[in-house]
Amino acid sequence: MNNNGTSLPRHTITALVEDRPGVLNRVSSMFRRRGFNIASLAVGHSEEPGRSRMTFVVEGDDRVVEQVTKHLHKLIDVIKVTEISDENVVSRELALIKVKADAQSRSEIIQIVDIFRAKIVGVAPDTLIIEVTGDGDKLESLLGLLKPFGVIEVMRTGTIVMERWTGSMHGDGGTRPRKQRSTTSLANIWGEPSSV
Amino acid sequence: MKLNGSQLLCEALIREGVDVIFGLPGGAILPLYQTLPQFPQLRHILVRHEQGSAHAADGYARVTGKPGVCWATSGPGATNLVTGIATAQMDSVPIVVVTGQVSRASIGTDAFQETDITGITLPITKHNYLVMHASDIPRIVKESFHIASTGRPGPVLIDVPKDVQNEVVEYEESTFDEMYAKVELDLPGYKPTMEGHPSQIKKAVQLIAESKRPVILAGHGVIFSGAYDELRELAEKAQIPVITTLLGISSFPETHVLSVGMPGMHGMAYASLAIEEADLLIALGMRFDDRITGKPSAFARKSKKIHVDIDPSEIGKNIPVDVPIVGDLKRVLVKLNKLVQPATHSEWVQRIEELKREHPSMDIRETDKLLPQFVIKSLCDVTEGKAFIVTGVGQHQMWAAQHYTYTEPRSFVSSGGSGAMGFEVPGAMGAQVGRPDRVVWSVAGDGGFQMTMCELATLVENKIPVKFAIVNNNVLGMVRQWQDIFYKRSFVATRYTANPDFVKLADAFGMLGIRVTQKSQVKAAIQQAMDYDGPAIVDFVVEEDENVYPMIPAGQTINELIEEPRPQEARRR
Ligand SMILES: Cc1ncc(C[n+]2csc(CCOP(=O)(O)OP(=O)(O)O)c2C)c(N)n1
Repeated sequence: MNNNGTSLPRHTITALVEDRPGVLNRVSSMFRRRGFNIASLAVGHSEEPGRSRMTFVVEGDDRVVEQVTKHLHKLIDVIKVTEISDENVVSRELALIKVKADAQSRSEIIQIVDIFRAKIVGVAPDTLIIEVTGDGDKLESLLGLLKPFGVIEVMRTGTIVMERWTGSMHGDGGTRPRKQRSTTSLANIWGEPSSV
Repeated sequence: MKLNGSQLLCEALIREGVDVIFGLPGGAILPLYQTLPQFPQLRHILVRHEQGSAHAADGYARVTGKPGVCWATSGPGATNLVTGIATAQMDSVPIVVVTGQVSRASIGTDAFQETDITGITLPITKHNYLVMHASDIPRIVKESFHIASTGRPGPVLIDVPKDVQNEVVEYEESTFDEMYAKVELDLPGYKPTMEGHPSQIKKAVQLIAESKRPVILAGHGVIFSGAYDELRELAEKAQIPVITTLLGISSFPETHVLSVGMPGMHGMAYASLAIEEADLLIALGMRFDDRITGKPSAFARKSKKIHVDIDPSEIGKNIPVDVPIVGDLKRVLVKLNKLVQPATHSEWVQRIEELKREHPSMDIRETDKLLPQFVIKSLCDVTEGKAFIVTGVGQHQMWAAQHYTYTEPRSFVSSGGSGAMGFEVPGAMGAQVGRPDRVVWSVAGDGGFQMTMCELATLVENKIPVKFAIVNNNVLGMVRQWQDIFYKRSFVATRYTANPDFVKLADAFGMLGIRVTQKSQVKAAIQQAMDYDGPAIVDFVVEEDENVYPMIPAGQTINELIEEPRPQEARRR
């Protein structure tokens, strides 16, 4: 959402970064300073030792995404940046939901949880804790169904994504399909990088 | 071989070609200071305020093209550097800043003089380091100079805890040279794109061939990539008029027939009009700053745009472009020049000549009063346009940009992006240290001069013969101009009623001081200052209410151009 309450298109960008102290700060400081809108951010280790992968969900038009990508790239600790198109990706988020559950509602909640292939991970006399993974829409609809019972607390991670192709997002091998984008493709303006 | 952190740092600086460091000591950097006598190759200039050391390193870098170096102690020493670092960042100037930090064990405890300077300078450095092991120092120094001086240049800060400065490291190699040669850069995320994309260059060539009214907009990047010859070749081969941004001044000889001058807020009217009429803008190493574009949506609507920049994030940031080229300007121009066809554009060149005649806004009006424009023009005459000019920020800066004629690369030095008053004294100090063979004139405002004039003592102490032309209007002139034009002449907090006597001040510091109040005295005073063997101040007492014209108000379009004083103001003259 922007200030006018209208929602802006969302884009997913991933970055492979050096796993050094202060890197998250550098990245978030850049976002803050440039006024980019982050809807979600997730960070964790990657398959390469000493390197982490960050997934950003950014709100804005194509121009904003292009600027975010370029500015991320500019940070010395950022090794590779990829913008992920919506097709052909697996996108996941995890949520823990604490919901009121008494003797009458309990079985109905368990049924809903089953339909969503979610899990009950905590039980107390008057509450249940539910663990669910999925894309944002799935989480939203589960939350919607649980709301009438009384949602006490929600914890959500940021979104993480992975493309459905054979290589890694930031690797050189594999068969990543060429992405069509309306804005100037960066590959067309960045010539050969050469070390100086 | 055994060396401690301080020795490693000094050895590495020497290998990076450092010959001078501007600094001021304190507890957290004392170990480093105490090793200095072992390294007589490193000239240390003891400043009076750390802001001065950062601006001096910046001035040094701008005139030499080599990274400037300054250092300071932790806490207040480090925070005093901030304005200078931000200034270098905004103008892409390569400087390497070393700060002392409290010992590793004390970090995070709010120890005496602890400040998180790497945190503070995150948004105003190209990169920064907190050194946690002395053994990392050689690599970090190597990386810092590499990062500062390649790609889009900028400031790099290295924060070194006191105990790391003392920490002893043992190496197998027997000499530092041997060891340093083996140090590898560990920067997988840093690969500046140097070569422009060939197909983009072809597209640019095509646009140039098709255009009837092309102009080149040359910025600081021309100077940093050393592309003067290539710029000239392009301009001459295809007969394209050249407009320079404020920091692009001196990238193209202003005596050249194709030179048009500076556009924008206080640029020459004809340069702004040429941009408005152009059908192609070739933007080279410039970033479409708002002082140039005014209202971005109304900027140069009739033109296609080619933008060459080494920093991809500059392209499309403020103004959409048709042909973006990422790469080192010099290398891109070498390739472009090979492909560009000779052309004449004589109609267009004539049209610009006509614009120049129609808008004689750089003429200085005839009057007996001592006008600041006249002071700058005289400075140019007496120095035969050969001085290196360093300015402060304000009206005098704009007059220095407008009325001096620059022909030599790097001869105009000014805080553009940051607009930091207080640059005029230490910036000029650094420039003079970098170019001891040249006459350096600091064109100063009486306001900005007082922000850092403590460095006059440094100049005298170190026999650095900067000459100061204080354009003394007794006011914070540029702000007063805004109050005059945009706030119905409601003058608030812009008048200095007790400025010091700058001649006596010169005397107090042990410099030559001359006061000039009459037009007739101007040239002789400039000559006298030049003949004096040492730093000198000429206090030019000029008209207080003179404004800089032309002016395009902030965020406005060329239609709002104010070329002449408004009637009300003209009446006062
Ligand atoms: C550090 C800093 N503070 C404030 C400003 C805002 N400012 C811009 S120009 C100006 C007036 C400059 O006065 P002076 O140095 O006397 O030069 P003049 O304009 O009179 O030539 C001020 C205050 C600034 N640019 N930098």
